Amino acid sequence: MKENNGFCFTETPEQKAKMEALLAEYGGDETNLLVVLQKAQDIYGYLPIEVQKKVADGMGVSMEKVYGVVTFYHFLRTDPLGKFNFSVCMGTVCYVKGAGMINEKLKEVLGIDDGECTPDGVFAIQPTRCIGCCGLAPVMFVNDDVYGNISQYDVENIVDIYRKRARNL
Amino acid sequence: MYRSHVLVSGNEESVIKKIVADLNELLVKHRLQNDVKVLVTYSLNDDDKISLIIYPEGTQYYDVEGYDKLEKIVSRHLAEGVIVKELLAKGEEKTDEQKESESEFINRQFRVVLKNSGIIDPESIDEYIAQDGYQALGKALTQMTPEQVVEEIKASGLRGRGGGGFPTGKKWEFACKSDDPIKYICCNADEGDPGAFMDRSVLEGDPHAVIEAMAIAGYAIGAHKGYIYVRAEYPRAVSRLEIAIAQAKEYGLLGKNIFDSGFDFDLEIRLGAGAFVCGEETALLTSIEGNRGEPHPKPPFPAVKGLFGHPTVLNNVETFANIPQIILKGADWFNSIGTEKSKGTKVFALGGKIEHVGLVEVPMGTTLRKVIYKIGGGIPNGKKFKAAQTGGPSGGCIPAEYLDIPMDYDNLIGIGSMMGSGGLIIMDEDNCMVDMAKFFLEFTVDESCGMCTACRVGNKRLYELLTKITDGEATMEDLDKLEELCYYIKDNSLCGLGQSAPNPVLSTLKYFRDEYIAHIKDKKCPAGVCKNLITFEVLPDECTGCGVCKKLCPVGAIKGEATEAHRIDKDKCIKCGLCMEKCKYNAIVKR
Repeated sequence: MKENNGFCFTETPEQKAKMEALLAEYGGDETNLLVVLQKAQDIYGYLPIEVQKKVADGMGVSMEKVYGVVTFYHFLRTDPLGKFNFSVCMGTVCYVKGAGMINEKLKEVLGIDDGECTPDGVFAIQPTRCIGCCGLAPVMFVNDDVYGNISQYDVENIVDIYRKRARNL
Repeated sequence: MYRSHVLVSGNEESVIKKIVADLNELLVKHRLQNDVKVLVTYSLNDDDKISLIIYPEGTQYYDVEGYDKLEKIVSRHLAEGVIVKELLAKGEEKTDEQKESESEFINRQFRVVLKNSGIIDPESIDEYIAQDGYQALGKALTQMTPEQVVEEIKASGLRGRGGGGFPTGKKWEFACKSDDPIKYICCNADEGDPGAFMDRSVLEGDPHAVIEAMAIAGYAIGAHKGYIYVRAEYPRAVSRLEIAIAQAKEYGLLGKNIFDSGFDFDLEIRLGAGAFVCGEETALLTSIEGNRGEPHPKPPFPAVKGLFGHPTVLNNVETFANIPQIILKGADWFNSIGTEKSKGTKVFALGGKIEHVGLVEVPMGTTLRKVIYKIGGGIPNGKKFKAAQTGGPSGGCIPAEYLDIPMDYDNLIGIGSMMGSGGLIIMDEDNCMVDMAKFFLEFTVDESCGMCTACRVGNKRLYELLTKITDGEATMEDLDKLEELCYYIKDNSLCGLGQSAPNPVLSTLKYFRDEYIAHIKDKKCPAGVCKNLITFEVLPDECTGCGVCKKLCPVGAIKGEATEAHRIDKDKCIKCGLCMEKCKYNAIVKR
């Protein structure tokens, strides 16, 4: 089982209370497992082993079942995200229009690989499957900001915007 | 009653919110808040600009971001009825002839599934009802027996729009005949095919149509509970569905004793979690049950033993969106649209190298030529059409020789492609078919759930063989191996994902074998895509020695004195193509 990659799990009292309320509401029915995990991820931002254990204990299901479900779905993360998450859409239309090159450039500029987070926890790359706005292809997201019709030459400038914002955090 | 409706459409949620807030503020300022209603609709734009359409005039404004622009529209158009010419959308200020060509994108379509999208406010049940909404449910519940509903759907010839094309009526009949007291209706809204977004637009533009159809299906088979399994990646679709379900419950169109008929039906939303295989029906049902979304062998089919072990009808969003109109207008009406074995319309998500990108709904049997050249406006930059990719990672490509084939389920399978969910990606001469096949394989390798060895390992090997070819390191024997492996994977995989994963390879091999051979024998990529097989060269006669490329080159691979022809150091060149793109004299070529 994958332990947390050097990230130390901590929780706020608020998160703890929310999690307990979640388990009280949905915990009784095993078929709610996926729903509970999705909501737990909303609370913590990711699903480290500690949270998975809470879910397993709270719902009375085995740890291997919880881990099995968590690792099956792309949407469920065992690693935390960065403050700014870059995701290049890898749908067919975006790919035909050069999304592959954009993602390569992004990895080069940020110095990390797909699915990774910079050591300072600021930037992360999460390539995504088609998000269905093919009209804007190729598309890149940074958190909720959308950049459409871009090319690999725009990557540096876009990253700069968030480097500046990161400094002001 | 409102005098005017302002429809706001765009792709960026935050910008849309700001515009709506500004508009409402301006309307209050001009005391128009009781006369004009602002609505947000699904975006058909292909860029990040915001459009406004003002009804009843139908005036289109484009790129309206900015308070002063909105102020002009409100104070002049809405208050005084004077059109703000400088903000009109492109097509609007053109000559009549040009206008016609732009509006052809909409006018040459035939809209059944998309009839309400972009026209009504998806967050208002009243507007849906005003467009004959929930009348079909009323008709089914008060004038028809469940068997009659099933018969009507059977007679209409409707086939599943999710990809397989299984007759919907037959599916319902199986479930209807079972005497299990507990049955379920499920809606597959886990649209995962890259390049397909028709389900999203229905959910975002006309969510009540799906809810109404699911209630009708519930009545037909005797189910009282339904689930909509929708991608978590579509947050707007999820919130619109939530709103729509709450409204339907409030109006008594969902819940207990609907239309006083004694029929109860309730709906719940389940979010997908980003697994492509969950689009496969047995995997989707397993996922709703809270498990890893792995497929099961069929039979038993879900209509016999599905969700929680009970008979379940699972249909796709687009399939459901057809149901209310079939019930309302009759099977004969639906039957009159389309080809002999494929009835009705199909929504295609037109994308790639095409002038007008967007959703296109046409009768089944429309030719690819019509979709590309009449509706889509042709290929940009005067390039030549090479192939169309249908059916996403499970489908295949259609080469130019089949441009005139009527597109329906059976014809597409006949030429080695498939309808799939309706992604239609146009490729021109600059796209490499081997690279394309490799792209889809990368997708399937990533998305294979890992249950069947043929799919888990086989597709990985297939991907490696393709990489070898695009790297120029393959032999002709590898090509034979590639083909053999394709058939092996097809024969030995349990679910649709594995069985169809090699399709992109097989169909490109069938129609573009010469491209594969060029990669292997001549070590050339004819389209100039595969990096290992291309070189950039300066044409000495064309080069003016301006030095732009030398300055731009990120690795310093370009050498040459000012005003003299430059050259590219092939060992240093990383083939980024920047020099070629920026050369004003077209002096750099890709070979």
